[in-house]
Amino acid sequence: MSSIGTGYDLSASQFSPDGRVFQVEYAVKALENSGTVIGLKGKDGVVFAIEKLVTSKLYEPGANRRIFTVDKHIGMAVCGLIADARQIVDIARREAANYRSQYGVRIPLKYLNDRVSMYMHAYTLYSAVRPYGCSVILSSYDCTDGPAMYLIDPSGVSYGYHGCAVGKAKQAAKTEIEKLKLTNMSTQELVKEAAKIIYLVHDELKDKNFELELSWVCADTNGNHERVPESVFTEAEKCAKQAMDAESDSDGEDM
Amino acid sequence: MDCSTDWLNAPESTGTSIMAVEFNGGVVIGADSRSTTGAYIANRVSDKLTKVTDQIYCCRSGSAADTQAIADVVAYHLNFHAMELGEPPLVETGAAVFRELCYNYRDSLVAGILVAGWDRKKGGQVYSIPIGGMCVRQAVSIGGSGSSYVYGYVDANFKPGMDKEECVSFVIKTLSLAMARDGSSGGVVRVGIITPEGVERRVVLGTELPKFYEG
Repeated sequence: MSSIGTGYDLSASQFSPDGRVFQVEYAVKALENSGTVIGLKGKDGVVFAIEKLVTSKLYEPGANRRIFTVDKHIGMAVCGLIADARQIVDIARREAANYRSQYGVRIPLKYLNDRVSMYMHAYTLYSAVRPYGCSVILSSYDCTDGPAMYLIDPSGVSYGYHGCAVGKAKQAAKTEIEKLKLTNMSTQELVKEAAKIIYLVHDELKDKNFELELSWVCADTNGNHERVPESVFTEAEKCAKQAMDAESDSDGEDM
Repeated sequence: MDCSTDWLNAPESTGTSIMAVEFNGGVVIGADSRSTTGAYIANRVSDKLTKVTDQIYCCRSGSAADTQAIADVVAYHLNFHAMELGEPPLVETGAAVFRELCYNYRDSLVAGILVAGWDRKKGGQVYSIPIGGMCVRQAVSIGGSGSSYVYGYVDANFKPGMDKEECVSFVIKTLSLAMARDGSSGGVVRVGIITPEGVERRVVLGTELPKFYEG
């Protein structure tokens, strides 16, 4: 990195002369070592798919999951340093629970997103702390407001998305997502597409093993955020593998 | 102490008749207009229908000072919350904020409040928060000292699915009956109709109140 050694990158509380905060940019770099995470928002729900890289065969399957339920109706998918991310999950859960007890209703996602963004942004302001090395995607479904999805950066910036991707292969994933007509698609279709994209962007040469994680929050689940059922998961995974086989066959014909 | 001057020291309370009814598309709220300090009528034209947000009102009964203070705090809180949300708060949320205050300060408050309003998620809603700080949604609810006299009337005459004008006339009749029997209720009947379009206020003067058997 060109800025190394310029002396403005040791603290999150100091700007560089050209107006950047290097600590925040380094935090964004932390995401590039993490498995790809995508979120797709369709007409009746949101789907998360995650490529969880497994660095050792000795790990139990299902360890260190990256999809969390923040409140019954809210899902959170995380990318980056898992320990940092768990802290964000924890504060999001507290915010959601506090809102429920104070206001008697479930927290609106827009509001939770504002609160979590503010929290993450606060960690880019002081020299005594470092920014969070993670990005989180929030999703929810409401029967009157429909589906919603937000992505929060380590800088504390957040946007609402129809489709988003973070992690190692975010560029490739975004290209794939752009091909979809997201607003017309049901969650049933999105699950398959999401699984397909994760398999497609996975780099077999660099990372051998990975576990696919899928979750949704949609009309069919009564607005609850859930891990997709076993049957849907196997079907989606099968679809993804078939698509990969078809792809490699056609690649072969071209040669 | 001379009992003719005991009102000088008695707290002003809204010995009251209040009522709220849900209908398809909104709510009708109503109240009498008498505020008393002991036996003395401190105000014969008081307004016990208090605005909390544009589309959430409350009917106050109990201590006038307590309920006014609570309503002010809730109005402040919900206004702030509306800015955070970027949209008007839900009636359910309004009721939860009232309940929180009424419950936490239950030992020092005398407040029986009906929270009523309209929101885009659940339409017209009525929440009853009696002394002690319970909170429950009801299709129709009555409160205040005058309400004890008309529970039977309300039970006998409330029909689910009444339209706006049926509800208005039901509220006026019920409150007139309560005011006739209850010594600490009286004056005029104030009515508020909350719909998505806004709030309509009506007054039924003492001379225009429906008459019932008075023997």
